[in-house]
Amino acid sequence: MATLATRPADVLIRGRKVVGGVVEGEALVTRQTISGWGGVNPMKGEIIEMRHELRGQSFAGKILVFPGAKGSSGWSAMFHTTRLTGQAPIGMLYNITTTKAALGAVVMRVPTMTDFDSDPLEQIETGDWVRIDADAAVVSVWKGGQPSPEGIG
Amino acid sequence: MVMRLSDEEKAMRDGAQGPAVAKAMDLLIRYGEALGAEDFVYTDNIAGVPGSSPKWVKDYFAADGGDYRAVFSRFDLDSDKVVDVPRINGFGCHLQGGMDPQLWREQGMSDEAFANFEADEREVAAHGIQVLKTCTPYLAGNVPVMGEHCAWMESSAVVFCNSVIGGRTNCEGRESTSAAMLAKRVPNWGFHTEDFRKGQHLIEVQAPVDSIFEWGLLGYFTGAAVEDAIPVLDGAISSAALIKHKHFGAAAASSGGVEMYHMAGITPEAPTVERAFGGAVRGERFTYGARERRETYEQLNSVGESRDVDYVMLGCPHYSADQLTEAARLLEGRTVHPNSNLWIFTSRAVKATAEASGSADIIRKAGARLMTDTCSAISQAVPPGTKVAAFDSAKQTHYLPAIMGIEGWFGTTQECIDAACTGRWDGRLA
Repeated sequence: MATLATRPADVLIRGRKVVGGVVEGEALVTRQTISGWGGVNPMKGEIIEMRHELRGQSFAGKILVFPGAKGSSGWSAMFHTTRLTGQAPIGMLYNITTTKAALGAVVMRVPTMTDFDSDPLEQIETGDWVRIDADAAVVSVWKGGQPSPEGIG
Repeated sequence: MVMRLSDEEKAMRDGAQGPAVAKAMDLLIRYGEALGAEDFVYTDNIAGVPGSSPKWVKDYFAADGGDYRAVFSRFDLDSDKVVDVPRINGFGCHLQGGMDPQLWREQGMSDEAFANFEADEREVAAHGIQVLKTCTPYLAGNVPVMGEHCAWMESSAVVFCNSVIGGRTNCEGRESTSAAMLAKRVPNWGFHTEDFRKGQHLIEVQAPVDSIFEWGLLGYFTGAAVEDAIPVLDGAISSAALIKHKHFGAAAASSGGVEMYHMAGITPEAPTVERAFGGAVRGERFTYGARERRETYEQLNSVGESRDVDYVMLGCPHYSADQLTEAARLLEGRTVHPNSNLWIFTSRAVKATAEASGSADIIRKAGARLMTDTCSAISQAVPPGTKVAAFDSAKQTHYLPAIMGIEGWFGTTQECIDAACTGRWDGRLA
């Protein structure tokens, strides 16, 4: 897919493909690991874990940028369920490879990457515009949200 | 990375063992590549929740038939088309499920939901899968041996398998275990490999840890400290027992993502601290002393405000026979308070032992319920009107208040049973 952005990306990050494909969207970033089962409500795509900094926020339709998965082995099934309910993230970037996150990404079938040359948590903030080209193993970041056509030049 | 497949695995992927095995291999290859695994490891010990689903998931796949076969194909195997699912030819068991097979009405389940549960269970049995229906398969007929490659779900069972037994399993998910029941393979990654199992951080235990309550507190601290890394614990840990490891591991797996731990001189791959690390101590050093112990206790009890306890839940992870005996001892001659409820969860196998041994009868006579198969967090079932619950499990305290939007207290088994019998929480850190 062609990029929706109208100027070159501010940041490029290289990494490894977890699940192939290309996607573009708004980032939702957390520095805290995420529990699947018991940590999210799959009907709303919402984080529900007590004391989590994203508690009450939805990742539906967002590119989820997070350190990694934790908690129950129901992680993949819970995120898989968000695919059924239409509340899944559209892409994922994570730093720590676990069976939970890898299997979750596979069954959600969303473009996903890991093993980066620079830390996405340092480069990407919530609201930034992100393009994941997992097949080319490149993440492009536009700071401050989707570049508007008026922003050209 | 492209995985290296044996000739047999290539043939399986290409359909030599039928379409279900081909779909299972396709999913396992996608999963292995996502992990960065080089090849597969053979397994004949698989614990999952194959094909079981609530009615709404079947309805979601209505166009595909809306039955067990449809869910197994489309959800468990993540296949775009429905395939015939054969009887599995490995040793597979079904972990915990959605409701008690007898007390489902008390759990608030509908006739329709129970009919769905029964239909799923008939399918599970017909597919050659052992109906253990527990988060503690190692207490109900599936005990791996040291070094055995397993594919287990259920974080508390995984951490027990790796740490206490020396079996080798990653924290598998529903889809990978269902696929592995057909393909008898999982990616050769993580805990299947020797180097991955070595310790990464040291926890020096200074506060004495002896009772099951103290083991649980230390477990909850450990998970929060090391997150998903492998801790090596050394120091004032004593009186090891199965139920203490069970509580410790479940707590560490829920506050962090601990899938394996070493305790120097206690667990099988940690005869010494050095052996546990595979060399010199590395990573961070944490201390568990009186202050950390108190902070952990207060954190667990931060979701409790009202002391009027209307629900006490025991059996997370599922109680063992000796825990049921202990609960019966604490309950004998007492009754659950009219404003409170006591539900105790275990497996069908252990319940059968408790029936034969008399503890089940004592528990029931006190007005408590002895339930199997599930727990409040899994089934999202609590007594009607529950606002404040109490637990002797750090794991359940971590999960149930968040899932159900209720208050929760954490304490000893004695404090929990006292709360059930008085309707008041009077727990404190000794």
